[in-house]
Amino acid sequence: MKATFYIARNPAVAARKFDGEMMIMSCRDSTLFTLDEIGTTIWESANGLVSLAEIVASNICTDFDVQYERALLDAEAFAEALAERGIVLISSDPIPYSDLIVGLPA
Amino acid sequence: MRAQPNSVPDRGIVVRIGDVAVNLRTNDHAYRRKLRNHYKPFVGPMENAEFSFDIELTDSGINDPEDEVSVKRSSSFWCFQRGDFHAEWNMASNTGTIRQSANLYSIDAALRIFHTVVLAARGGFLLHAASAIRNGRAFVFMGASGAGKTTIASLAPLDATLLTDEVSYIGSDSAGYRAFGTPFAGELAKCGENVSAPISVVYLLAQGGTNQIERISASDAVRMLLANTLFFAQDHDLIRSVFQSVCRLVDQIPVHRLTFVPDACVWEDIV
Repeated sequence: MKATFYIARNPAVAARKFDGEMMIMSCRDSTLFTLDEIGTTIWESANGLVSLAEIVASNICTDFDVQYERALLDAEAFAEALAERGIVLISSDPIPYSDLIVGLPA
Repeated sequence: MRAQPNSVPDRGIVVRIGDVAVNLRTNDHAYRRKLRNHYKPFVGPMENAEFSFDIELTDSGINDPEDEVSVKRSSSFWCFQRGDFHAEWNMASNTGTIRQSANLYSIDAALRIFHTVVLAARGGFLLHAASAIRNGRAFVFMGASGAGKTTIASLAPLDATLLTDEVSYIGSDSAGYRAFGTPFAGELAKCGENVSAPISVVYLLAQGGTNQIERISASDAVRMLLANTLFFAQDHDLIRSVFQSVCRLVDQIPVHRLTFVPDACVWEDIV
C-alpha cells in the first residue's frame, strides 16, 4: 500500500493542539503522542478522503522546505507507524466517516 | 442512584472525599473502628452515601501489595485488583465488594482506584501532588516521588490548610477546578483537612539551589499533568475523559515549575 493510500484520524482517540504541537492520547493504552509541525499538518489533513500523496504535495511541500519524494516516504512511514498504534486508519480506498464510526471499539 | 439503606445500619461508615461518598461496610467491629479512626475527618452521615462496598476480610489468597494493579470493566461491572485486594463494583447498583486482609493500606489503595474511575467520569482526576489552601485559593504541587511534595507540605506556614502531601483530588464544576482534601497521605502520615478551594496555580516541583518560579508551556504542562495523574483503567471513554480534563485545566489554570530550596522561605512566593 504505497503512494495512493488514504489516511483518516481515528475518532476514538483524544487529541488537542497546544503551542503548534498536536498531542494525541491513545485510548487503547493511554500512550501520549506529540506530533511535530509536519506531523500535525498530516494529522489535520487526514480526513480519509484525500490521499497521503495529495496531502504531501498540497500541504507539506507548499508550507515546508522539503523535497516531494523524500517527504512522501517520510509521510508513509509516519502514517504506518500511527496506524499500527490505532491512531489513524489507512486504506487504499477513500475512508468515509461512516466507516470510521463502524470501526470504533464498543 | 443512591445505595439502599443498610439493613444493619451500624455495619458501615461513610467516607466522603470530594463529592464522592462511599459506605464501607464490614462485620468486623475492630476493623470498622480502625477505618473510622483512619478516615476520621472524612466520615460523614450514612444517608449521603452514593456508593456502598462490603468489605470481606481474609488472609486467604492475599499476596504481595507490590503486584501490578489491574482495573477492568465488563459491561456495568468493574474489577480492581492488586496482590493484596480484589474489588468488584457494579455500576448499575453502585454497590460492590472488597476482599482484603485487615489492613488500612489495601482499603486505601482500593479507594484511590475507585475514585480515579468515578472522578474521570465527572471531569476530575487524582493527581500525584501535595496541595494546600492559602487565602482561600488552592495551590497544587505535583511531582514524582522525591520531588519534594512532603517537604513543601511540611514547610507550609500556619495560615495554610494542608489538603494532602501525596494525592490531590482535582474536581470540576461549572465554576472551574477545585482541589479537595484527601485522607491519602504520603510520608507525613497525616490526613488532609476535609475542605476545598478553587485552584490558583499548579506547580511542578523540583528541588534546587535557589527559589525560582517559571511558567512552562501548555504542551509541557499537559505532559507533566498526565505523567502525574493516577489512572489505571483501560477504558476508552475514561481515558479520553481524563485527557480532556487535563487539557481543560491547562486552559484555565497556570502551571509553573517551582524550583525550591527546602526552607520555609519558599512559601513567601506562594500567596
